[in-house]
Amino acid sequence: MIWQRKHILGMRDLEAEEINLILETAESFKEISTRTIKKVPTMRGKTVVNLFFEPSTRTRTSFEIAAKRLSADTINFTVSASSVSKGETLIDTARNIEAMNPDIIVTRHSAGGAPYLLSKYVNSSIINAGDGAHEHPSQALLDMLTVKEQKGKLKGLKLAIIGDISHSRVARSNIFGFTKMGVEVRVAGPATLIPVDIEKMGVGVFYRIEQAIEEADIIMMLRIQMERQKGQLFPTLREYSRFYSLDLKRLKLAKEDVTIMHPGPINRGIEISPEVADGPYSVILNQVTNGVAVRMALLYLLAGGGDLD
Amino acid sequence: MLIRKAALKFRLYGGKVIDPHNQLEGNFDILVENGKIARVTPTGSTPKAPPESGVENIDVSGKIVVPGLIDMHVHLREPGFEYKETIQTGSRAAAAGGFSSICCMPNTNPVNDSSSVTEYILNKAETGGWVNVFPIGAISKGLRGESLAEIGELKEAGVVAISDDGNPVMNSNLMRRALEYAKVFDLPVIPHCEDKDLSGEGLINEGFISTITGLPGIPAAAEAVMVARDIALAELTGWRLHIAHVSTAGAVRFIREAKARGVAVTAEATPHHFSLTEEAVKDYDTNTKVNPPLRSGKDLDAVKEGLNDGTIDVIASDHAPQSSVEKELEFESAENGIIGLETELSLSLKLVADGILSLSDVIAKLTINPARILRLPKGTLSEGADADISVIDLEQSWLVDPSKFNSKSRNTPFNHWELKGRAVMTIVGGKIVMRDGVIQE
Repeated sequence: MIWQRKHILGMRDLEAEEINLILETAESFKEISTRTIKKVPTMRGKTVVNLFFEPSTRTRTSFEIAAKRLSADTINFTVSASSVSKGETLIDTARNIEAMNPDIIVTRHSAGGAPYLLSKYVNSSIINAGDGAHEHPSQALLDMLTVKEQKGKLKGLKLAIIGDISHSRVARSNIFGFTKMGVEVRVAGPATLIPVDIEKMGVGVFYRIEQAIEEADIIMMLRIQMERQKGQLFPTLREYSRFYSLDLKRLKLAKEDVTIMHPGPINRGIEISPEVADGPYSVILNQVTNGVAVRMALLYLLAGGGDLD
Repeated sequence: MLIRKAALKFRLYGGKVIDPHNQLEGNFDILVENGKIARVTPTGSTPKAPPESGVENIDVSGKIVVPGLIDMHVHLREPGFEYKETIQTGSRAAAAGGFSSICCMPNTNPVNDSSSVTEYILNKAETGGWVNVFPIGAISKGLRGESLAEIGELKEAGVVAISDDGNPVMNSNLMRRALEYAKVFDLPVIPHCEDKDLSGEGLINEGFISTITGLPGIPAAAEAVMVARDIALAELTGWRLHIAHVSTAGAVRFIREAKARGVAVTAEATPHHFSLTEEAVKDYDTNTKVNPPLRSGKDLDAVKEGLNDGTIDVIASDHAPQSSVEKELEFESAENGIIGLETELSLSLKLVADGILSLSDVIAKLTINPARILRLPKGTLSEGADADISVIDLEQSWLVDPSKFNSKSRNTPFNHWELKGRAVMTIVGGKIVMRDGVIQE
């Protein structure tokens, strides 16, 4: 297929064959990162702006490395609260940056839907690097690439996503992405952290981790954030940990060759026990490596493709 | 009223009159004289007035002639937010939409919680307004929900109801006292039913769309809980409650049940709540952001059913102008609100096409029903009544183009909708203020 999409706003919009193309492209890019000279001239003369309205080191760095390995010029534009307090709107900020003619704007924002708004007002391609509790498509794609590498396929696998589904953009993107690729997705967490009607996204809903991870090929543990709630969603981290943490005992319910994923940063001892986090099932660092490859693929495809040498 | 060139005496002839108040439906001619409806006679029973009589003969054959439409829930934004709307522009939008009377909510700056603000609004309407403007006063001082506004004085100054619209009165005891106190001054109380604890930080309806967009949800129960509370308080106090902008199946059910028991409760629904569902919100269009939010398909069906069986008495727009400054923002930062005066009638007529309501029922919900609730001497074509009349062309199809709106604001989710049926004339107190879509400057 030929890539035609201008923006990557969410996994919600992507078709299975587009996902396949991104993953295949990413696979071919992985090799570049292992070379002595980790750079190809594909995006020479192109400009990628990382426009981040929310602090992020890992995702921003990953996009920056990805762009640099493709020889694009990258500019990091981190909009602190100061610019917002001066009264500049998102649209004005974006138009200012647009005036410098970037090719691609990679953006993160605490407000769900902010990349949609940007895409309506600027001519550059927009990549959503995380918006509110909505989506984080590059994270889902790197998760899919990691699983594909581990299992050699996606179709027919069982994925369990455990934790705060309500507030997780990673969960949403992964649900959209994996279900489109034929993966059976289950979610589990206390009912207070499972959004309504989520079964309409094509997932199985469980309130007990044990049920969700039974026979699972992949378990994805989400970071639990105490500060999000004021004791109204679950009583204490202690109790959460008791019922929802992934420890060695619970892990036995899953398939023997289960893969454990975590979008990071992990709370050791809370959603995941140290033994599991550091154990042989964990691919957390592969996820980071694949993050660069997937982001290279996205930048490359949105920039219009071209030679890879 | 602005001084306008208008015939002092004219006769609308050949139209089909629908006047639910007088249960009149048929071909009648209406003679207007000195701002009043002088005579209503079967078409053909009286000859056309000769030119020398000074009576203009206006041919409205093929059109529908109804009492001047009333929108009992409008935000005119003046005083305080004149960049969004003024009494002049808002009333102009009303005239364009076929409305001869509108009621304006008190959430201005300053809030309409004192007679001086009421007088200011009435004075502005008198000198620069295009239609009749009836202010609604605040329930509580500053709409803060803490202590009662000077409701008696507000009534004397001219308010026709009280409401803390947009700010639900969370304190149940204050709501109880407001109902009791309003009874003394014969003012209906209009609550915005929302339990603020339940809605929390919610931005859109809680349901599948909030789940996939990651936007925090407002559960339907946030409305139903308060409707149930306010019905209980209406029963306790024996006073009249009018529930604003009903959006959920739960609320419809509670109101239906209360009416069956004889509780003095009435209700309204907005065109956006009976025309759109939460589905419209999924791409973060801030013009779909409104409170109460656009709900599920089941809620929409329940609202239509409520309109159909009379549980919901009134159609009102909740016309809420917002400028681009408030709407061209991230969804969570954008203000709530949809403007409605210029699309309301057409969207309401769609209920007729869809078999939900008869034409006469739609007209009743836009005329005599709000008039009765507010005890306005309007919404009728009785001889001797103020000559407030709307003429509707049911066949006219038109494309919604917000750039052509008379309102100062453009925040509508109905952009590019093709609608059928439109007001072609608005008459206020015997003056033609809109004719063929053109405001009569």
